[in-house]
Amino acid sequence: MTIRQLSVFVENKTGHLNEILSVLARNNININALTVADSSDYGLLRMLVSDPEKAVEALQEEHYSVRIHEVLSLEMGAAPGSMSKILDLFTAAGLFIEYVYAFSFGSKSVLVIRTNNKEKAVEVIEKNNLKTIRESDLKATL
Amino acid sequence: MIWNEKIECMSRNQMRDLHSERLKELVNRTYNNVAFYRKRMKDLGVKPADIHSIDDIVKLPFTYKTDLRDNYPFDLFAVPMKDIVRIHASSGTTGKSTTAGYTQYDIDNWKELISRCLTMSGINSGDIIQISYGYGLFTGGLGIHYGAENIGCTVVPVSGGNTRRQLQIMSDFGTTVLACTPSYALHLADALTEHGYSLKEMKLKVGIFGAEPWTDNMRLELEKKWGINAFDIYGLSEIMGPGVANDCIEHAGLHVQEDHFFPEIVDSHTKLPVRDGTEGELVFTTLTKEGIPLIRYNTRDLSTLNHEKCACGRTMVRMKKITGRSDDMLIISGINLFPSQIEHVLLEMGETSAHYMLYIDKENNLDTLELLVEMNESNLMETIRDLQMLSRKIENALNSAIGLNVKVRLVEPKTIAHSEGKVLRVIDRRMK
Repeated sequence: MTIRQLSVFVENKTGHLNEILSVLARNNININALTVADSSDYGLLRMLVSDPEKAVEALQEEHYSVRIHEVLSLEMGAAPGSMSKILDLFTAAGLFIEYVYAFSFGSKSVLVIRTNNKEKAVEVIEKNNLKTIRESDLKATL
Repeated sequence: MIWNEKIECMSRNQMRDLHSERLKELVNRTYNNVAFYRKRMKDLGVKPADIHSIDDIVKLPFTYKTDLRDNYPFDLFAVPMKDIVRIHASSGTTGKSTTAGYTQYDIDNWKELISRCLTMSGINSGDIIQISYGYGLFTGGLGIHYGAENIGCTVVPVSGGNTRRQLQIMSDFGTTVLACTPSYALHLADALTEHGYSLKEMKLKVGIFGAEPWTDNMRLELEKKWGINAFDIYGLSEIMGPGVANDCIEHAGLHVQEDHFFPEIVDSHTKLPVRDGTEGELVFTTLTKEGIPLIRYNTRDLSTLNHEKCACGRTMVRMKKITGRSDDMLIISGINLFPSQIEHVLLEMGETSAHYMLYIDKENNLDTLELLVEMNESNLMETIRDLQMLSRKIENALNSAIGLNVKVRLVEPKTIAHSEGKVLRVIDRRMK
């Protein structure tokens, strides 16, 4: 149901994102999904990678502020409105979303979501039998 | 005009006798009433009986700011609390401030000293003085207030802040004397036109500026911008507050009120007294203070002394305008700040590294602080909101610890230069 996500603190500097990506490349780490949240002075780079532990080690070695967080990941249908239907369930339970992103993996559409209340979100997922994604699901299709 | 000609123009020999007499009395008093000094003197093997004249002052121990903190709040007071009529305090490291207690005699002396300073600056009972120093625990506002009333000025105790109101009062009341920090005076000058005033409607003649170091160039700039004569008033809360020394019309050094505060300049390494004209650390002994008498208090301000008679007629020793400090203390908007205070706050919170870089700038003539703080390699928040809350949390902690507004900017680990040797943690971009 949860998946390990890498968060990296990135200052707003030209070419900086690419420096981080090249660290991962040098260590032969694959990126399955990537998103950046930005503020005026810095951003948070969020990634799902092939080997989170190795990535953390490599990035800390290069003095980046980095940490693994467990986030909920769900499989969505391919039909229009699939994501909206899932979010409706969270809204009905009174949850709000801190951040969310989606990506395709092979034939699957994946939703990564972080709400303000993890236990409640898990309840919603279980109650509605939502299909979840595990880390191994992302490896299998590679 | 000279307020107290007998003292301010006293011959050097008479002044020396007064110093000797008062020092003997002070040493007796502190030895008998302040455990801290009794112990210090015993450690050095000095007894009150060893002090015969002012020359023997070199036998006495120094006092440092840390001693004041270690004895917070009242352990250095030399009289029972029933005799203390007022307490002032300055913001200090690690949440501890330094305190100063005054007896009625101290308050009366302070009033006399400010009367001398204001008279020295050409002020008299016909003047309307706008006191824009902060009133409260800070010594600036109340300190000048009583002296100004004593010489018969019309006192406008407006306190600090609120630029528009300051200018309105200045214009409506016909203020002739402005007392505030030099940077605030510059800020007010630059805000004149913006608020719809012109110099022509102002009656300002004199500025009494202090509580932070300022250069002679800044004096000339202030005098030009306001069309006034600007005077430097020096003081520190540990010794009394404003009025320890003041510039006269000659602008050739600040006359030290040496009948109350005996000044020495000591070499910053050997701590031995140096000759007139040689720069060193400025040290004061409070000859008459009852509440919290201090022996050889090392201000860490750098200056020189000049015992020659001044063209203004005063014989009182002159100290050069403060040129810097022998430690890393900063003065921001009149508030003392040691970089170690910042480190302490960061370490106590423990959510970032303790590596930081402080940028001090001037915006519209007011000091601003921006603090770059390094994140930890392994302790990252999950959302931007959490990171912003962390910044706010550091800002609030700094504000309550040091009393200053600081803008915090989080930066990546190891991005602030970690050079060998002396680490540069402060970049002061205020000086022109």
